[in-house]
Amino acid sequence: MTLTQRTRTLLIHTALGVAALAMVFPFIWMLLTSLKTLPQLLQDPLSFWPNPWTLNNYIDAWNAAPFAQAYMNSVYITVLAVVGTLLTASMAGYAFARIKFRGSRFLFILFLATQMIPKQVTLIPFYLLMSSLGWVDSHLSLIVPAMMVNPFAVFLMRQFVLSLPKELEEAALVDGAGRWRTFWSVILPNLRPGLGALSIIVALDVWNAFLFPLVLLNTPDLFTVPLLLSSFRGQFGSINYGLVMAASAVSTIPMLVAFVIGQRRIISSMAASGLGGR
Amino acid sequence: MTIVPSSLVEQPRLASPPPAGPRKESGWRRRDRRWGYVFVGPQLIGMAIFVLVPFLGSMVLAFASWDGLSELTWVGFDNFISQLQDPLLLRSILNTLLIAAITVPIGLGFSVVIAVALEKLKTRTLYLVLFFAPVVTSTVAVAMIWQQMLRADGVLSSSISKIFGIAPPDWLGDPGLALISVCIVSIWASMGLNVIIFLAGLQNISPSVIEAAKLDGAGALGIFWSIRLPLLSPIIFFSSVIAFISSLQTFDVVFVLTANAGPDNATRTIVYHIYDLGFGRFEFGPSSAAAVILLLLTLVITFIQFGVQKKVVHYEDGAE
Repeated sequence: MTLTQRTRTLLIHTALGVAALAMVFPFIWMLLTSLKTLPQLLQDPLSFWPNPWTLNNYIDAWNAAPFAQAYMNSVYITVLAVVGTLLTASMAGYAFARIKFRGSRFLFILFLATQMIPKQVTLIPFYLLMSSLGWVDSHLSLIVPAMMVNPFAVFLMRQFVLSLPKELEEAALVDGAGRWRTFWSVILPNLRPGLGALSIIVALDVWNAFLFPLVLLNTPDLFTVPLLLSSFRGQFGSINYGLVMAASAVSTIPMLVAFVIGQRRIISSMAASGLGGR
Repeated sequence: MTIVPSSLVEQPRLASPPPAGPRKESGWRRRDRRWGYVFVGPQLIGMAIFVLVPFLGSMVLAFASWDGLSELTWVGFDNFISQLQDPLLLRSILNTLLIAAITVPIGLGFSVVIAVALEKLKTRTLYLVLFFAPVVTSTVAVAMIWQQMLRADGVLSSSISKIFGIAPPDWLGDPGLALISVCIVSIWASMGLNVIIFLAGLQNISPSVIEAAKLDGAGALGIFWSIRLPLLSPIIFFSSVIAFISSLQTFDVVFVLTANAGPDNATRTIVYHIYDLGFGRFEFGPSSAAAVILLLLTLVITFIQFGVQKKVVHYEDGAE
């Protein structure tokens, strides 16, 4: 018994549609809840449409916590972490792929091995180290380590350098350009697709980080977006659901809009990293 | 520390033919070698300071008693002994393993099915965006959104109560349901990533293999079981290792969704335990011992998975 092509496509769309609905419904419910008044939320939790519609939750949430400041913090921390990672990881990736130096193999294996250590294992000594550097409650504790440590990024950039033809740099080297100039003028421009993918991966990672910012930052004005959202819940969580959902919407909608705009590149970058840079 | 197999240790390099060029080779080589260290330098220094030093610190603190203020004293294996007898740690390990054992197979299973369905469609951008949206959303926001949905008087409980005529389930208040809630949210949040990875993997399968099977009279289900799934199995394996390891590190969801690890520590995970001991009670020694236990657990499970891989995973002949 064979199904016609059309019924089969229809069946697939139905099944996927149900699954997709399960994925969007929580977002839709967040928006609807954020636009309802407290009396409506308490009286009839099942009502779908807000009645009456209200934007007060957004105004109250915006006034209750420094969301604008949190966005500024998250943006500049993420940008610095991404730029730093792109530079240090592509340098290291280039060296591991193309320069022969003593111990390079051992160091590369060391990089791969440190990837096996869950970050959380070093949480307490990392905090103590930051404390002795005077970086607790400072963005330095988030930015500097992010810029300088990312074994996965090194591995990924090494893969990308290996995929470039060797002749590309050999011509430059024979012409007398040193390694430094070759790296900047030949390697880096050719790595652009890889750098694009890496910046998306790192940006998502840094933007959404929670445990380390939670431990390292104390002053609300220094908080990143997820951290501010979490502290907001701690303050208002069990009182006004509309208010908390408005805060959630404020923290997620800009990211979702950015994602929808860049969805093609973001999805293909994440797929490539999941396949180990193949 | 990890033991490096002797075959991987640096061998004395045989003299290799020098690169073309007029300059004096030995000098160029020496300077070039220096460039190698310069290029690796920033990441190497970063790793030494921000990973290796804290890692050794964990190892040291695990054998010490310290609250950050008074003097540090050595206690040998006491932290490990007391931790392994602490019902809270045992509960945390059990919860963490349960979360991993539930979320990984269910999440990956759904992802494979969805990826296979998506591959059959010509236009799938809308689906991809919808499935992937939770992946780009921070776990904190995800957990807060779901907290609203799962409240005892929230939309899910009320609907279930109305449809089935039963008392509304208290998803986050009932200890058993709280752990299941954490699993549901974790699956929802991470499924999109695996969907796109598997979809990319399916698209890499050459159509000629599928065509050949069709000519041999294989049906859709047969092609799935005997061709698509085996060819996808290396990617599924790789993703399952990553998913399992990241499940072992569950923290954000339990911290936000089930505030303070749920009713009666029902959703307390190992990382929550490390955090609670370290920053709730300033017991750095026991907390570090728990961290070392997490590391060992991660390594053991990874090795087991690689052992199983040899039996289950199909690699194409000659591929890589």
